[in-house]
Amino acid sequence: MLMKSLYINPEKCTGCLQCEMACSFENEGVFNPARSRIKVFTFHDAGRFVPYTCTQCDEAWCMKACPVEAIVLNAATGSKDIINDRCVGCKVCTIACPFGTVNYNSASGKVIKCDLCGGNPQCAQACPTGAITYIDADATGLERMRLWATKTDTAHHAAA
Amino acid sequence: MKHIIIGTGPAGVVAAETLRKRMPEADITLIGGEPERPYSRMAIPYHLMGNIAESGTYLRTAPNHFRNLDITLLHQHVNSIDAAAKSISLDNGNMLTFDKLLLATGSRPTRPPLEGMDLPGVVSCWTLADARKIIAGANAGDDVVLMGAGFIGCIILEALAQRGVNLTVVEMENRMVPRMMDDQSGGLLKQWCQSKGVTVLTSTRVKCITEEKGKLVVELEGREPLKVNLVICATGVRANMELADGLLDTNHGILVNERLQTSHPDIYAAGDVAEGKDFSTGGYSVQAIQPTAVEHGALAAINMAGGEDALHRGSINMNVLDTMGLISASFGLWQGVDGGDSAALDNPQRYRYINLQFEDDRLVGANALGLTQHVGVLRGLIQNQTRLGKWKHKLMEDPTRIMEAYLAQHVPRHGP
Repeated sequence: MLMKSLYINPEKCTGCLQCEMACSFENEGVFNPARSRIKVFTFHDAGRFVPYTCTQCDEAWCMKACPVEAIVLNAATGSKDIINDRCVGCKVCTIACPFGTVNYNSASGKVIKCDLCGGNPQCAQACPTGAITYIDADATGLERMRLWATKTDTAHHAAA
Repeated sequence: MKHIIIGTGPAGVVAAETLRKRMPEADITLIGGEPERPYSRMAIPYHLMGNIAESGTYLRTAPNHFRNLDITLLHQHVNSIDAAAKSISLDNGNMLTFDKLLLATGSRPTRPPLEGMDLPGVVSCWTLADARKIIAGANAGDDVVLMGAGFIGCIILEALAQRGVNLTVVEMENRMVPRMMDDQSGGLLKQWCQSKGVTVLTSTRVKCITEEKGKLVVELEGREPLKVNLVICATGVRANMELADGLLDTNHGILVNERLQTSHPDIYAAGDVAEGKDFSTGGYSVQAIQPTAVEHGALAAINMAGGEDALHRGSINMNVLDTMGLISASFGLWQGVDGGDSAALDNPQRYRYINLQFEDDRLVGANALGLTQHVGVLRGLIQNQTRLGKWKHKLMEDPTRIMEAYLAQHVPRHGP
């Protein structure tokens, strides 16, 4: 089955934060960018905006580091999903993820990360400029996106 | 091929699963010394808080997980290894032979050599059996002394406070978590705990423990003794290396090479028991942390299965700790390096602190207090050995901008 993936093109981002609002509303029930799983970083000097969230990387550092099997592979979307009932809040995944995209939520005592909204990512739906799209994973850009920073393997990649 | 794995912690379990993935036909036996299903010690604090049942600590949730993978799970102690015969002998008198053996025997708590440390009211916090003793002995109104404010001590503080005990922490060093956090953040942690009603005595030594009228009397150097119901000893752990005695090369742990192979070519070691490669120093050390155990377990298994080029580049030593709601994290060479630079943000009123350590223009270590968002990127920057360029100076001015520094260096200007 062909997986889809979030494809982010920072050049098209205007910093409107619609993605953060949509994410927070979909996942937390409130319009509050602070509760969003996708985050737009602003580079004032360069007049540049970079939306950033989990790339659902194959290494799945978070999933492997979890001591209680609370992060699982979603076979339908390829996302790595938190099982809230199992997460004890130990936060090991938050330091294991070298992309910094798993965060601890002190209100719930659990961690949160992007789960692609189960296959219909609201950030991509909300993005008015096409900076965030949800496209076939074999599109050439995806591999390059994943190469952003995946050369982080401590262990040999064969461990993946 | 016959593979035996001794130890059912994360290293052993991941090794067994990885072996099965690579060798569908192999005979895989996983042996643990505790009666429970393989569980995570890391989850015990959350069990003490009452957030999860014992079953919530299990490493694998499916009831027949190991059977389904055709992994034989034995609850036995291993008495000895016969390297020449390539066999091990079990408590029940059975002998098993192996082609490859993995020692993932973990570590166990140590107790200082003081009088009274063997009294029944003195417990460790390490196993589910220990947790049951604490649940029975540390309840509302009980007086409890926690010896040691290291990682284990700190991580059970909240659980103990929540159980309503009158808690005194006694730590030999001058601050909390001295092997994970620097002076400033370790000091702030102490202040935080005091503000939550926990008495923390740092730079304080226990002289001995005696019994008096059903209570434990904890004698302290230069202070009045404490009379308590329970003493929890969390002063440190050491590797379980008995099986390696006289057989394998050891130091603080069992010595392994980049293949997690010990001095005997058919015997491997992984996890807390292994003195494995450290990413930051290039040397070998016992890290005794969950992510390292998992990396060791997977890599050892790949090599046991004949993997050609699966060499360990070294694990980053890192920790994250929640001490009564204040979250601290450490990465790599947080103490800094000779000739390196450092940047710190210190906001004691808000219990917020970040310390970054650089070598040239690369991040090599960090301590953070009160930081919960994007904290993993500190690992990313260290492990990528990201050349920060001008971003080093921006971080020196404002160490909170770690995520921006990462994106600036890793996300191409014109999109992916």
